[in-house]
Amino acid sequence: MTLSVKHRVQLFASWSDTLGPTVEVELPEGARVAELLATLEAQAKSKSIKPLPRPSVAVNHRYAKPDTVLAVGDEIAIIPPVAGG
Amino acid sequence: MRIALVDHPLDPTALLAEVADVGSGASTLFVGTVRRTNQGRAVTGIDYSAYAPMAEAEMQRIAEEAAAKFGCTHLVIEHRLGTLLLGEASIAIAVSHERRGAAMDAQRYVIEEFKARVPIWKREHYVDGDRAWVDNAGGAVPAEPDASVGDSTGR
Repeated sequence: MTLSVKHRVQLFASWSDTLGPTVEVELPEGARVAELLATLEAQAKSKSIKPLPRPSVAVNHRYAKPDTVLAVGDEIAIIPPVAGG
Repeated sequence: MRIALVDHPLDPTALLAEVADVGSGASTLFVGTVRRTNQGRAVTGIDYSAYAPMAEAEMQRIAEEAAAKFGCTHLVIEHRLGTLLLGEASIAIAVSHERRGAAMDAQRYVIEEFKARVPIWKREHYVDGDRAWVDNAGGAVPAEPDASVGDSTGR
């Protein structure tokens, strides 16, 4: 039996406008960033007619790669295209 | 070396004073300000928001990279958050170094990396009352579905 883990995810800018500032995503234990992103992209698509820009994902304040494995307690954030400066 | 996100008007000359050092032969100051037009639209102001803990971590990493690459430790970066009006400064970067080349290279490195990496977002306010998230790749983030095919007059 595969255990599942609930990850709390922070969202910003257009992603926050669509899904809210935080969401909980339930994924199988050992899931990767790519699976999280696919889940959230599906949710965004169902909630908004607006096409959202493809975001990066940050884990513990660093940009994560698609194959990064998510662990319990990780601080996860969806980072839409940035615009500082 | 110091980095900060602030919610009050920036004082760029104070940053210049902060990096001053008798061992430095050159100081540079970069100030980014709110421009009145973007992508042909008349802008009245910008809301800046951040994922603050990561933005600060990323700013610190960029400052450390610049220090390692160019050998400058007199470096300050401040970015303002909140609602800014036309002409107000959103970012100020001050660097001093023994030599001007390194100071200028370090400053260029910091602003380019900052714009590409630091999780800060801006929502522009336009004269017509509309607002849109804008990204550093150039244009407005797709905000309107099919109406956006062609140009902004389709909305």
